[in-house]
Amino acid sequence: MEMKSLYLLIALAPLLGSALAGLFGWAIGRRAAHVATIAGVMVSAIGSAYTLNYLLNGGEPFNGNIYTWLTVNGIEYSVGFLVDNLTAMMMVVVTSVSLMVHIYTIGYMSEDPGYQRFFSYISLFTFSMLMLVMSNNFVQLFFGWEAVGLVSYLLIGFWFKKPTAIFANLKAFLVNRVGDFGFALGIGMVLYHFGGSLNYTDVFAAAPALKDATIELIPGSTWSLMTVTCILLFIGAMGKSAQFPLHVWLPDSMEGPTPISALIHAATMVTAGIFMVSRMSPLFELSDTALSVVLVAGSITALFMGFLGIVQNDIKRVVAYSTLSQLGYMTVALGVSAYNVAVFHLMTHAFFKALLFLAAGSVIIGMHHDQDMRNMGGLRKYMPITWITSLIGSLALIGTPFFAGFYSKDSIIEAVHASNLAGSGFAYFAVVAGVFITAFYSFRLYFLVFHGEERWMKVQHDDHHHDAHDDHDHHHGLGPNDKPHESPWVVTLPLVLLAIPSVFVGYIAIEPMLYGDFFKGIIYIDHEAHPAMATMAEHFHGAAAMTAHALQTLPFWLALAGVVTAWFFYMKAPQIPAAIKRMSGPIYTLLENKYYLDDIYFALFAKGSRLLGMGFWKVGDQALIDGLLVNGSAKLVGLFSRVTRKLQSGFIYSYATAMIIGVLGLMTLWLSGVIAR
Amino acid sequence: MSFQEVVFYVLSAIVLYSGLRVVTAKNPVHAALFLVLAFFSAAGHWLLMQAEFLAIALVLVYVGAVMVLFLFVVMMLDINFEKLHEGFWRHLPLAGTVAVIMIVEMVMVLLSPSADLSSMNEIAPLAEGMSNVRELGLQIYTTYLLPFELAAVLLLLAIVAAIALTMRKRKDTKYIDPAVQVRVQRADRVRVLKMDAEPRANADTDNNESAA
Amino acid sequence: MLTLTHYLVLGAILFAISVLGILLNRKNVIVLLMAIELMLLAVNYNFIAFSKYLSDTGGQIFVFFILTVAAAESAIGLAIMVGLFRNLRTISVEDLGSLKG
Repeated sequence: MEMKSLYLLIALAPLLGSALAGLFGWAIGRRAAHVATIAGVMVSAIGSAYTLNYLLNGGEPFNGNIYTWLTVNGIEYSVGFLVDNLTAMMMVVVTSVSLMVHIYTIGYMSEDPGYQRFFSYISLFTFSMLMLVMSNNFVQLFFGWEAVGLVSYLLIGFWFKKPTAIFANLKAFLVNRVGDFGFALGIGMVLYHFGGSLNYTDVFAAAPALKDATIELIPGSTWSLMTVTCILLFIGAMGKSAQFPLHVWLPDSMEGPTPISALIHAATMVTAGIFMVSRMSPLFELSDTALSVVLVAGSITALFMGFLGIVQNDIKRVVAYSTLSQLGYMTVALGVSAYNVAVFHLMTHAFFKALLFLAAGSVIIGMHHDQDMRNMGGLRKYMPITWITSLIGSLALIGTPFFAGFYSKDSIIEAVHASNLAGSGFAYFAVVAGVFITAFYSFRLYFLVFHGEERWMKVQHDDHHHDAHDDHDHHHGLGPNDKPHESPWVVTLPLVLLAIPSVFVGYIAIEPMLYGDFFKGIIYIDHEAHPAMATMAEHFHGAAAMTAHALQTLPFWLALAGVVTAWFFYMKAPQIPAAIKRMSGPIYTLLENKYYLDDIYFALFAKGSRLLGMGFWKVGDQALIDGLLVNGSAKLVGLFSRVTRKLQSGFIYSYATAMIIGVLGLMTLWLSGVIAR
Repeated sequence: MSFQEVVFYVLSAIVLYSGLRVVTAKNPVHAALFLVLAFFSAAGHWLLMQAEFLAIALVLVYVGAVMVLFLFVVMMLDINFEKLHEGFWRHLPLAGTVAVIMIVEMVMVLLSPSADLSSMNEIAPLAEGMSNVRELGLQIYTTYLLPFELAAVLLLLAIVAAIALTMRKRKDTKYIDPAVQVRVQRADRVRVLKMDAEPRANADTDNNESAA
Repeated sequence: MLTLTHYLVLGAILFAISVLGILLNRKNVIVLLMAIELMLLAVNYNFIAFSKYLSDTGGQIFVFFILTVAAAESAIGLAIMVGLFRNLRTISVEDLGSLKG
């Protein structure tokens, strides 16, 4: 098959499945809906794997337009694909994780009335994400960007009768709006200043010449064009990839069903920002200021979101905060110009984080939709597959040598260490401290859920913290005499299949992706200005050597310390965390309330905009528009019509008379010209 | 003065007189009849211009159909025409002024040298073997075929509309639709109830209860 | 010698007469309809005269269509009038004031 048609097929197969399940789901039933969507995604997954293989074996990357959407003022907006190694890798990650999640959903959502709708949404998401990563121009990127945002909105609010879910999806949508506004402005800057083309190739070709260009956004102060453009684009990435301070939507998005937390809010969509910045590396490389902004935002996210993970009790929220923290790591990597490390971590993270989420979902099924970790414990005996896969995922997450996360995370730390960019000192502290925190909260979760006493027996379910689940299921956790049970094979199979790459993918991929030719000509690094990658390459002597070397490095011991601390706190001496909680009152409250960011945003932006809206409403709308313009003009018309109404007698003959006299007038007007000639 | 001119002036006099009578007649029946006369004379004029087909069509369509319709309607309706004619001349000043101005203006235009009508003083003779009807037919069935078909549809529409407007169902007739009668089912008329047999109640207590 | 002007002037006068009729008649709908027919006749005069003196058949075709439309118009007009009379027992234009809001 011609590659172009294959790429089209890869992108459109999930869309077809989605349309089938979404539009005709009522007619074809549950089984056909999941068969159709899984078939679509499987076609995409196989096609993506084939594409990656084709490219790795010397196939030509594809870059071309498929369809011209419109041409305005000489600027062409087209649908086009750019399929190179980076894209192919993203395609494989997206489609394979999506496929796992599709299969998993059969088990997880089996009792939900919105079964077909759910499948339709996740397939639509796969299509949107593929359009995003395969794009060869900014407009299609923006289309994919917005489309994944839309599907994310739909899926967070999937249980639309649950008020918290509706609040969460609105919040996600609004926060993303802030990011997308910046992103759209960034695209506008690109269109306006980079030679009037939105094609990546043209823009990147035009970029080096504009390195020192300045613009005057506000008269009197000149700014570097490249810095402004890159920061605007990065604001988009901040929204989508949940970087501080636009991260607030991601924890709340856990209101959605667990499969989408795994697919969208951990593995794929939230990495769109990372992908985008990597794709734009030829632009970002030209602005140190922008890179510093990226670096600082990433390190704040990496460190402080990790802290929050420690105090959470909802199993999914812990994983969500760890996702935030890991996204911070990726952003830090971007900031130090280690784009390929960021993408590498993106890939490994996609596998083990999807695994962790799906495992959490499996636990939730086992606990009959109770998500509070305080009610769990000792599940190891009852859910062996979930237990072992979770352990693998956690080990990968904390960076245990040989597991996937180790290679990517350690490379990030190395890269930060080697960087000399402004802010890299703080970033180094953040990522190293983050290792300990990550290990601590991951194993806190692990011990609380899978080891220790079986606490669900003592739980009073009346004070259940999640009453919002009432609408969609009738379970309220396990009763004292119930036993949790292992989930069906459709749930455990994806866990096993995801556990495999979570272990091996790092070892296999580190050399080609970080130090080989995999990203040659795709990711551009200015090695003279940003030597981090070059320094690392000098010290790299193969993946095995890196593993062996790990025992002598600080991060390894920190991770080990984190695990041991968690074990000691939650297995040996459970009174210690309680004592710490009592002693560190204000700090604990601060963490409990997520640094009060939600409240600040609420007070500042929500209340502020309401106040502003109130002002507009009272003064602008009621007084000016309603009072003066609408009612005023209505009154004027009324006044005028009171006079003219006298003419409207309602009798046909007066109208006929008026008409005839009018004709006479016109005749006189015209004919007088003829006669005078 | 040629014969044709004599005919023209005589016919013109008739047309104008009958036209005036149409708009001023007290009795609409007279007005309709004068309109017939006007149409007839107009047909004569058109013959004079060698537009035979239209002249005959005018007589057939208007005199034969439309005016008969008018007469029917006038005679069908029970109207006091005397009353309708009251105050008829009240608006003469306005109407007369308008009409006179119109005539003066149009005649001025027609006679002004810039209108340049003097070049068209003669009717060009028809080509050999052609007639007015043939000429029209050729055009109607070639160039104007679609408008012709549309005109036919329009006429059909007018027929349907006129019928729809005037048709009515009288409410006071005792007509019964046979189709409804035939379709009747047993269930529409008879209802079978199942109930337990009840003992005959004492007539006195019944009365007392109802009284209470 | 009959010229184009003869017919056009005749048409103009006929048109003015029917305008007079419309202005004078404030009561009788039937006569109003007749005046409109007369007006169309005056227009037809112009069309035929021009068609003949310019040797262009188009004008006559137009008259043909005017006749069609006029027939349709008077049929529907009369139908409306009959309906009106049934409902209001009058055809006096002065009584038809319901257009006034």
